[in-house]
Amino acid sequence: MSSDGPAQTDLGFTDPNPTLGPKYGVVKAFAIPIVSVLLAFAVGGILIYFQGVNPFTAYRVLFESALGDSDGYLRVMQKSTPLIFTGLAVVVGLRVGLFNIGAQGQLIVAAIGAAWAGYHFDLPAVVHLPFALGFGMLCGAAWASIAGVLRAYRNVSEVITTIMLNSIAIALVDYLASRPFKEPDQPLSRTPLISDSAALATFGVIPSGFVIALIVSLFFGWFLIRTTEGFRFNTVGLNPNAARYAGISVKRTIVLAMAVSGALAGMGGAVETMGVVGRFEPAFNAGLGFDGITIALLARANPIATIPAAILVGILRTGANSLQFETGIEPEVVDVILALTLLFVAAPIVSRYIFRINAKRKSKSKGRS
Amino acid sequence: MRARWAWTITVIILVGIMFSYTQDELRTTSVLSFSLRYAIPLIIAAMVGLVCERSGVINIGIEGQLLMSAFAGFFGAAATGSLIIGTLFGIGTGLIMGAVFATGAVAWKMDQIISGTIINIIATGLTSFFYAQGQVLPASTPVVAIPYLKDLPLVGPVLFNNGLFTYAAIIIVIFLQIMLFLTIWGLRTRAVGENPSAADTSGINVQRTRFINVTLAGGLAGVAGAYLSLEAAGTFERGFTAGRGFTALAIMIFGAWNPVGAFAAALFFGLTQGVASQLQADEVVDIPPQFINMLPYVLTIVLLAVVAGRVRPPAAVGKPYEKD
Repeated sequence: MSSDGPAQTDLGFTDPNPTLGPKYGVVKAFAIPIVSVLLAFAVGGILIYFQGVNPFTAYRVLFESALGDSDGYLRVMQKSTPLIFTGLAVVVGLRVGLFNIGAQGQLIVAAIGAAWAGYHFDLPAVVHLPFALGFGMLCGAAWASIAGVLRAYRNVSEVITTIMLNSIAIALVDYLASRPFKEPDQPLSRTPLISDSAALATFGVIPSGFVIALIVSLFFGWFLIRTTEGFRFNTVGLNPNAARYAGISVKRTIVLAMAVSGALAGMGGAVETMGVVGRFEPAFNAGLGFDGITIALLARANPIATIPAAILVGILRTGANSLQFETGIEPEVVDVILALTLLFVAAPIVSRYIFRINAKRKSKSKGRS
Repeated sequence: MRARWAWTITVIILVGIMFSYTQDELRTTSVLSFSLRYAIPLIIAAMVGLVCERSGVINIGIEGQLLMSAFAGFFGAAATGSLIIGTLFGIGTGLIMGAVFATGAVAWKMDQIISGTIINIIATGLTSFFYAQGQVLPASTPVVAIPYLKDLPLVGPVLFNNGLFTYAAIIIVIFLQIMLFLTIWGLRTRAVGENPSAADTSGINVQRTRFINVTLAGGLAGVAGAYLSLEAAGTFERGFTAGRGFTALAIMIFGAWNPVGAFAAALFFGLTQGVASQLQADEVVDIPPQFINMLPYVLTIVLLAVVAGRVRPPAAVGKPYEKD
């Protein structure tokens, strides 16, 4: 028995069935997410139908409002940006065998941190931009590190601590935005606007935050696969005992990975504040953390696949409001579609029943258990 | 070591309560009643986690199970005009959610944490989508005072003048304590959670035991959910379980996977919250309300950090069972 608590199990990004042949992994990597998304849309369509609306009309409205014009593109990119970051945050955690369901808390703590760094100081843009962004990341990393340190040194499940830290973060930023960081002489609980020197520009329809998100995804695609540190992450995730035997400090890796994960979620919050909202308002960034889990699993813990997964979720979230405006369907139908997507991706429903041939071959070679 | 700690704290708290009762009868009673009301859903939800983990399954989806059954309980009661039918709706939904979770985590041998997270996300999505405003309960749940006992000083008004769910929770805890440690079911359950291979060898069907226990635990989550919407709040709001399912897991750990221990831990939680709220209401201390709201979560983390290294979870928890 290892003293590290629950054993590391398959999180979906390693092929659990080598008997199915080398091609199975490739098919699975692309086909399962795509089939899952389509199935989720089909079930969502049934829900919409029972609300008395033609599902095809509803989906057309949803996609047209998100992808119909350049304004839609801009909003989709703005929505996708923090989602790429929270998705990456969850991916980095999964690689080390940690389940960071606290990206939400890390993101909002960083969002208010970046807002404070943005309005409180008056600096030239060259200094102010990286400072506000870095300060936000630091807040996110620090917030996640509480869970990381407790996991590494006290063996406390990061699942419980990160979710508790979410609730604490919500209360904390609510307090900060309504007392010490509050915009003076305003009824609303929100911080002042950040200075222009800390604002991320939008070039045409392309927000610079989105570009940063793409670069960071590519960086992690390289980092996790090509660097020593990335190798350590993966080894600890796949088999902590083997990692320890190979001389990798499991505790150090867990703390570092959790801090990196928090910094990523924090970057999402900082970029949202500096590029889209311009200040911190509570409730503006709700739900981004949980979408991160869906995105990470949809991307099968691949940093680069996080980009299309986040864009898909971004499109759904952008279109959801128009859906209610034009068809009367509650925008929460998107939550149901995303939950179903997660179910189909993570549960062996699709892999077992859609790829029945493979499954049959498996049962023949191994026998029914 | 740990037991002595627990006893010391318990005695200090009891003495504190006695002292406070001699000083201010009314406030003490109201704080304790608040504490118990706060603790009840946590206690039942902790029993859900306890039954699952004793069988070797980590149930992170308690939160979602609570949410779904609170939803079904409330709207079932509002639609049919009957609190009893509402409660049955809640428990039935809990059982279904338990079976769904068991299908993923036990039958399909999925990662248990991911299965639980899926339950949570689906519950959030479905309850937000089908949420309807303007529904009200047909009646408030009856308060049942137990004759003679209710007239006792201090414990009378606190313990013996409550809604039915409160009594149910206390009975569930005692029942589970007996079941787990004194019956064949309990022995089998613990065997499956500690050493499934040995259990299998001795003829226990590991998968079936786990599946049934996890499903039945879902029914308990149904009771807790129905309590939340029908008795505690009298309403349903989106996401109103507010992390109780996770706090319950922490309470299960403080209670060292023992029903009575978890009961004590939940009462301690309730008491902390009750005292803090009372201090706030009396303006004894000027703490912003956000910090009062934070308290149960901060307490969870601090206590986990202190306790987690000292208690031992069931050995096979978290691992899907594979026959060799």
